[in-house]
Amino acid sequence: MTGEPVLEVRDLCVDYGVGPGGVRAVTDATLTLRRGEVLGLAGESGSGKSTLAYAVTRLLRAPGVITGGEVRFHGPDGVLDLLEADAATLRRVRWDQISVVFQSAMHALNPVARIDAQLTDALRAHRARLGAAERRERAVELLRLVGIGEERLRSYPHELSGGMRQRVMIAMALALEPRVVIMDEPTTALDVVTQREILDELMQLKDRLGFAIVFITHDLSLLIELADTIAIMYAGRIVELADAQRLFHSPRHPYTLGLLNSFPALHGERVRMEGIPGSPPALTALPAGCAFHPRCPFALARCAHDVPRLTEPAEPAEPDGAPAARSAACWLHTGGEHVPAPLARVLGSTP
Amino acid sequence: MRTLLRRLGFYLLAGFAAVTLNFFLARLLPGSALQNALAKLRGANLDPAAIRALEAQYGTGADHSLPSQYLTYLSGLLHGDLGLSTSQSAPVSSILGSTLPWTLGLVGTATALAFVVGTLAGIVVGWKRNGLLDGLLPAATFFQSVPYFILAFLVMMTLGYFGGFFPYQNGYDIGRHAHLTPGWNGPFVTSVIEHGTLPALTVVLASLAGWVIGMRNMMITTMDEDYVLVAAAKGLPQWRVAAVAARNAILPTISNFALSISLVVTGSLVTEIVFTYPGVGWQIYQAILTGDYPLLQGILLVVVFTVLAVNLVADLAYVALDPRARKEA
Repeated sequence: MTGEPVLEVRDLCVDYGVGPGGVRAVTDATLTLRRGEVLGLAGESGSGKSTLAYAVTRLLRAPGVITGGEVRFHGPDGVLDLLEADAATLRRVRWDQISVVFQSAMHALNPVARIDAQLTDALRAHRARLGAAERRERAVELLRLVGIGEERLRSYPHELSGGMRQRVMIAMALALEPRVVIMDEPTTALDVVTQREILDELMQLKDRLGFAIVFITHDLSLLIELADTIAIMYAGRIVELADAQRLFHSPRHPYTLGLLNSFPALHGERVRMEGIPGSPPALTALPAGCAFHPRCPFALARCAHDVPRLTEPAEPAEPDGAPAARSAACWLHTGGEHVPAPLARVLGSTP
Repeated sequence: MRTLLRRLGFYLLAGFAAVTLNFFLARLLPGSALQNALAKLRGANLDPAAIRALEAQYGTGADHSLPSQYLTYLSGLLHGDLGLSTSQSAPVSSILGSTLPWTLGLVGTATALAFVVGTLAGIVVGWKRNGLLDGLLPAATFFQSVPYFILAFLVMMTLGYFGGFFPYQNGYDIGRHAHLTPGWNGPFVTSVIEHGTLPALTVVLASLAGWVIGMRNMMITTMDEDYVLVAAAKGLPQWRVAAVAARNAILPTISNFALSISLVVTGSLVTEIVFTYPGVGWQIYQAILTGDYPLLQGILLVVVFTVLAVNLVADLAYVALDPRARKEA
């Protein structure tokens, strides 16, 4: 948690469409990714987690528009505001410093190009001085990194299994040894065994190569295992941000609690599984105040009209005394309110 | 290789079906080709014996049953014998031999041009969606929706007759003052190109919009694919990203090529008639006017085989361009 930041997102806002038909998909997102850290972004479908990630890399497609905020990337040659960067600068940074692993490797690999061509085209664009033989060597090395034999170099994507394709995708993302790898549900389409294998490999690679990961998923249980820090998104806003252990054992936002209660724990006593009543709101018709209040079991009167900001919870104090590196966007924690017991647990005490 | 053989087998079958249909179609039409020809020879006084002798020579008489005529026709075909033209008293194969090169040259060049220009334009228009170029699409669509013969007349009148930019008749200069020897010499080739410009322009104008719009729409669909986003995320230069999209977008266009080629061929026949071009189109017109069924049959056969051949080439191109179409690894 003490590494220097590589990616800082401040008050990022993203709209789909402009004018009266526009919809705000991400509102005031603020995040910091540190070197070698895994930052998890979790939330239901449509909560804006992928939009946030694409906005950071400026890969949003029309009609997505970034309407505010800043994204500061700490690169080898200084700090760069990605939202202000021109096309040429952006092109230099992409893949070289920030690469992306897309959700479905099925669709993310060019179906008519061989694996070696797809592994080396980024090298060709960013490392002009490498010769063809060196590029090929690097491609072999990358494939070996993810446990695929050299003989697959000349294969087409449709000749590989789903797991292999995702491995190729990861190898591609690591080709230029970037500082940041953004992974948009990288294992969602795979079976759990393959998923486990790939994630284990990924974590080993991360420790070896030292890149930071933004890991987007709707699978919170997976994040709790993998991530150092987790940001929970709801209806375009980050509602809770904390390190994985704190988030898991002592959630502060009722939505996080709801998510945690919707999957079973392997250990501990048997508890009744609870989902979250209702369904996520449409972005076109967000409720006033806190977007979660219609579904919230602890909603207060003011939740219906005041939007809570992401702030440090007032109490209870964290046991280690250190300034809590966590925040939640909930009126329950701004002080003066009675905090319900499930949201007042303290890390270290028995849950 | 197996795929290839299977395709070849399919085309052989289709070709055979076309030959058979072609044969019976002509026999089903009212009147006989020979009668049509003889009716023109008002002065000729032929007794029934002479007519029967002619019938025997052309192989159309009553003493030949339909199946036996069919077999004769088939065996003739295998030897490259397409029968005798009743209106020109010459073997159909030699008539085709002198006219087919003109048509192939014209249609081939025009189609290739329209395909290449149209596809490239479609890539650009699709890539720069909502750009200025999009405004040109209605104009291109207009040219495509106008029937071939009207478009041909329009081109002929504006650029040929009134504009005087290009000659609008015949395949090369056959005027009184022209001293051209057909063959591979400069003046003749220049004359051929000049005379071919307007007919080719008609074919290009009429088919261009199809390629542009087809390619543009495929580009727009393909640009939404994740692998194009990946190419952009890789920081590849713009044109490389566009190339990834174009390479994938072109696949359906190849199959469309096979579908639309028959339209282009028939359309160009009309164009030839308007421009009095010495190709197969002009011959088909003459054959219909004179009721020359053997010639008509021969031409239809050539057209059918051309379309089949182009389809085969498009099939092969598709297999070559799309690795997923190759069955074997």
